[in-house]
Amino acid sequence: MLDTFIDITLLAFLTITAIAIIKVRDLFVVIMLFSIFSLHSAGLFVVMDAADVAFTEAAVGAGISTVLMLATLALTKDHDEKRPAHKARLPLLVVLITGAALVYGTYDIPSFGDPDAPAQAHVKPYYIEQSMRETGVPNTVTAVLASYRGYDTLGEVTVIFTAGIGVMLLIGGRLTRKRDKEDDR
Amino acid sequence: MIDTIIGHYNYWVVILLMMAGFYTVINRGNLIKKIAGLNIFQTSVFLLYISIGYVNEGTTPIIAEGFTRYANPLPHVLILTAIVVGVSTTALGLALVVRIKRAYGTIEEDEIHDKDMSL
Repeated sequence: MLDTFIDITLLAFLTITAIAIIKVRDLFVVIMLFSIFSLHSAGLFVVMDAADVAFTEAAVGAGISTVLMLATLALTKDHDEKRPAHKARLPLLVVLITGAALVYGTYDIPSFGDPDAPAQAHVKPYYIEQSMRETGVPNTVTAVLASYRGYDTLGEVTVIFTAGIGVMLLIGGRLTRKRDKEDDR
Repeated sequence: MIDTIIGHYNYWVVILLMMAGFYTVINRGNLIKKIAGLNIFQTSVFLLYISIGYVNEGTTPIIAEGFTRYANPLPHVLILTAIVVGVSTTALGLALVVRIKRAYGTIEEDEIHDKDMSL
């Protein structure tokens, strides 16, 4: 019962924060609100029994993403968003239609927290029952992430590496800086 | 009817959040705000996945004495990976914003478009 109450409260907070992000035009406030949004969702992950995801979301979503956005704001020095020149009608229509289609789709999803849902039946019991014996790690999420799917996690490092190279080539390279200086002259 | 609402409100609010992010992405012209919207959309998708893995009366999937019902660990693993990939794409997107600012002197989509047209 308390779970449901916290769940509804956090969802309400998330909705208010999301609407505030749409409304507010000061980009610094937008970034801070986004950080709050991430922190609230980390809380919601804890309520939904996903402790590992909550840790990562709080550290990466609320922490690193916010720092990256603040750094971008410092580099671009453009603190206020300008009003859009065009009408909001078409985007609103697209969003409403997409939202309606998605809500229609949820009628086929079993109820929230249903223990007999297909998602709970297929391979989940295997991991819950066998992972402790096979890997010796009590945390099933860690067992899957680091042992059963260890290579995927290694591949993830490649993704971060590629993103790092991309960022370096875009803004950090010596060539780009030199060219910018020539442009300034 | 009441059962449907109680069983699905979580998904519906998550879809509302998703659409708030989507609206920010397609309606707002400021590039930093677009990326904030993209991040909201992304976090909402994470919430949808974790909602599907949730079990009533369950606990966090850490095997211990005295617990028999656990949440599904597989969506958690997927989303852990997705969060890390998400921050990589955010970093790359923000780097593009900085580069665009250097090249065009603005991060407003309309002004960038005008500059392109005036060439």
